[in-house]
Amino acid sequence: MSSYDNLRNQKEELRIYRNRLLVAVCLVLLCMLLILARMVHLQIFQHEMYSTLSNKNRISIIPEGPVRGLIFDRNGQILATNLPTFNLEVIPEQVDDLADSLQRLGQLVHLSDKDLQKFERMRQRERRFKQILLRNQLTEQEIALFSVNQHLFPGFSIELSEKRYYPQGDALSHVIGYVGLINKTELEKIDTSNYRATKHIGKTGLERFYEDRLHGTTGYSQVETDASGRVVRGPMEKVNPEPGENLHLTLDLELQQLTDSLLQGRRGAIVALDPRDGGILALVSHPGFDPNLFIDGIDSQSYSELRDSPDNPLFNRALRGVYAPGSTIKPLMGLLGLTSGLITVHTKIWDPGYFSLPNDTRRYRDWKKFGHGSVDIFLSIAQSCDVFYYDLAVKLGIDRIHSFMSAFGFGHRTGLDMAEEKSGLMPSREWKRRVRKQGWYPGESVNTGIGQGYWSATPLQLAQSTALLVNGGQGFQPHLLKASESAQGLTAFQPEVVETGISIRKEHLTAVLEGMHQVINSERGTAHKAFKGAHYDAGGKTGTAQVVGIKQNESYDVNKVALRNRDNALFIGFAPFDQPKIVVAVIVENAGHGGSEAAPLARAVMDMYLTGKKTTAIEPTAAEPEEVND
Amino acid sequence: MLFMPKNQNIKQDRQSWLWRCHVDLPLFLFIGLLMSIGLATVYSASGQSLEMMDRQALRFLLAITFMLAIAQVPPRILKVIGFWVFIIGLILLLCVLQFGDISKGAQRWLRIFGVRFQPSEIMKIAVPLMVAGYLSQGRLPPSPLRLLVALLLTLVPTILIAKQPDLGTAIMIATSGLAVIFFAGISWWLILGMLALIGSFVPVLWFFLMHDYQRQRVLTLFDPERDPLGTGYHIIQSKIAIGSGGIFGKGWLNGTQSRLDFLPESTTDFIFAVFSEEFGLIGIGGLLLAYLSLISRGLYIGSQAQDSFSRMLAGSITLTLFVYMFVNMGMVSGIMPVVGVPLLMISYGGTALVTMMLGFGILMSIHTHKTRSSYSG
Repeated sequence: MSSYDNLRNQKEELRIYRNRLLVAVCLVLLCMLLILARMVHLQIFQHEMYSTLSNKNRISIIPEGPVRGLIFDRNGQILATNLPTFNLEVIPEQVDDLADSLQRLGQLVHLSDKDLQKFERMRQRERRFKQILLRNQLTEQEIALFSVNQHLFPGFSIELSEKRYYPQGDALSHVIGYVGLINKTELEKIDTSNYRATKHIGKTGLERFYEDRLHGTTGYSQVETDASGRVVRGPMEKVNPEPGENLHLTLDLELQQLTDSLLQGRRGAIVALDPRDGGILALVSHPGFDPNLFIDGIDSQSYSELRDSPDNPLFNRALRGVYAPGSTIKPLMGLLGLTSGLITVHTKIWDPGYFSLPNDTRRYRDWKKFGHGSVDIFLSIAQSCDVFYYDLAVKLGIDRIHSFMSAFGFGHRTGLDMAEEKSGLMPSREWKRRVRKQGWYPGESVNTGIGQGYWSATPLQLAQSTALLVNGGQGFQPHLLKASESAQGLTAFQPEVVETGISIRKEHLTAVLEGMHQVINSERGTAHKAFKGAHYDAGGKTGTAQVVGIKQNESYDVNKVALRNRDNALFIGFAPFDQPKIVVAVIVENAGHGGSEAAPLARAVMDMYLTGKKTTAIEPTAAEPEEVND
Repeated sequence: MLFMPKNQNIKQDRQSWLWRCHVDLPLFLFIGLLMSIGLATVYSASGQSLEMMDRQALRFLLAITFMLAIAQVPPRILKVIGFWVFIIGLILLLCVLQFGDISKGAQRWLRIFGVRFQPSEIMKIAVPLMVAGYLSQGRLPPSPLRLLVALLLTLVPTILIAKQPDLGTAIMIATSGLAVIFFAGISWWLILGMLALIGSFVPVLWFFLMHDYQRQRVLTLFDPERDPLGTGYHIIQSKIAIGSGGIFGKGWLNGTQSRLDFLPESTTDFIFAVFSEEFGLIGIGGLLLAYLSLISRGLYIGSQAQDSFSRMLAGSITLTLFVYMFVNMGMVSGIMPVVGVPLLMISYGGTALVTMMLGFGILMSIHTHKTRSSYSG
């Protein structure tokens, strides 16, 4: 190559090179800009998202469960509490030879096969540095034995835990209810963030109704964890759990326990409340059960026993038992008659022992075979004359009856602070048409007049309607909660006022109440014997409700009818007569006569409440020569 | 102006001692700056392990020694060395494929006299030396025949290494060879044509040549959430680290992602994520500036070089550095698939660093071996 060519070549090459250089520089700058743009995107536009993720990576929230609120009766006696229990827990990472340790441990603390299996399952699931439960509810002896030997078991420790406890057992099982382990359905309904550290939730009764108040608020602490979940630092922020509110009930524990014992050996329910404010004094359904069994999951055998028992101990008769009210509604029926003007306080009818509808041969019989003769409203209540009310009911008609009785709460829930209430049934034309696709027959009114037929009510409704009656057509929503107690102090429960909306004339009310007074005080009053010797004045009404219909010409022979087909014994009452402080409704299933079986129980309840006198064993009073079958 | 050759007569009068030791000060300073940043970041990413930092510092010193050593060798001798190293390297690569050691699922290592080393590392330097040396012997831009030979010289080692498999290194070697060819001045049409060829080669690559895990890596790039605990984990954690750094970063030693073990490879390939988390956008800007300065110096050295061999070589070495930087940062920030390329002078580790430092040494050599009678125009 000539040197000239060489020169020109060099120049050319340099030019090309510089050309490429420029391109290279542009490329480099462009790419750097691209990187920068990407960084801007990540670090500015998505900064918040990544910051959160970065924190989420490393910050763990450890929840701390709140202490469940306690439940007290009106006098401060404990009805539901939390007992400390001790659990044996292990951190596998800290144990040298787990199998050996477990074997040695088995000699000090009872470890069932089930315990060991459960433990093994948990151990495989959880991280090695997490503490796992081995045995719960250690006995004092086990605690002592382990503690003394704890140095031989590194990695094992005793941890304090709490367990719900119901010291009163059966007597309150249907009021307090119980807590149990949270199940899947409940998990979907609750606010899971508040239940992170809680295993139990109220299942029935007050435990369930007031779950939100009793549970409290879960606290938490923030810790820093590494990628394995190991706690590295912390707690950094801590929010203390808020304990649940304590509940103070209107219940009187002694009264409740007495009431429960009164029903010993029988099936039934008793509801006692204070008509001045609607506070429930006692609410018993017998038989009950031991609620403590349910807390950590009842064993299948115990549960089968409860479930299969023909006495239905799990069934809350006070709120869910619907019974024909029978003659207990006669006072109200009489009041309706007076209010509607169909009868007056002086009206008398003739009771020959039966009643027939016009143009009908069928005879509706009075319990008294040959009738009560001339009957006015006072006698009709005092001696529970059926014919008086057959006649009255037909004259009133089902529409008026339905409307009046509904206003007194029949057919509606009373609004008690428990979830299990049933509404019973107050029949009407409309109901019959809708449900039975039939019209209303006159004969059905006849039965309605004495509280039979389709009419059904719960013992609670009987108590409430009585309370509304004695207050002259108004009252309060029945309630168990008297006050709730939090760190800020006591908050009294304000019950709602209940109005029937019916204007009742004083003289009519007085007449009806006087009739109820005579039930107890008149020689022939159906509850006279039961209240003999009482230290207070009371009023009431007996009821004997048929469970099975009796044929026209047959007579009711107690010994012939199977036990569970025998009449239910009912009684409603209030005392003291002038300024009632307590209303009691009693039902004893298949016990027969209200006057001899139910009224004495109400007497005992009132005795206890008003005078403090305790009568536990109740002998049914000897029946009248003519059996009162009201 | 940057690209105009300086008046070397004035410069030569100075005859500074640096020049005589064949040290290019600006290059040296920029390298030192990056290394310091690297040490600080490694210290943090390793969980404040003095041991690791010290080891890395030692590596740096060793690498600097290599750099200074090769800077002493004038370019014309480098050309010759390059030729022989290339040949030997090629033979060794073939040996690796035949009876190489397998480690980490790849057949990359050779054992000679009990010492394990990777022949592919040697090729990182040998290929540009060879290709530049070959092309500079003819006219530039090269004739089609010479171009073909140059391409072959690039692609043969690339394929041999890709078969190991070592996709990362193969790409780097291809890049360095192609960079030389680029600076040789082939026509733009040719470049476009080659790009089209590569483009059409990609589906072949995807379906027939790529291993499953390599395919996974690319797919994970587009949607890391597909496999959040597997291949996507890296990218997700990396983005979290970077994004949570924000504009100002969390501060030195305050990065949580690596300290708490959330970010794997935090001291090596993903160290840029740690850097971003701790120093933020501002820090990244500074780092990019440092690299840019280094690259500019490299390109400047190229523009000042006296012969085409030196020019092409300088350009290639500098561009290679740039590609390392870009690929690593792109990978860590989630815009490129994970290919296992370290961030030079920041990442913990030595092999790629030493090779690059040799490259820097060559740059210094090119810059400080100028003759007086060179053409300056």
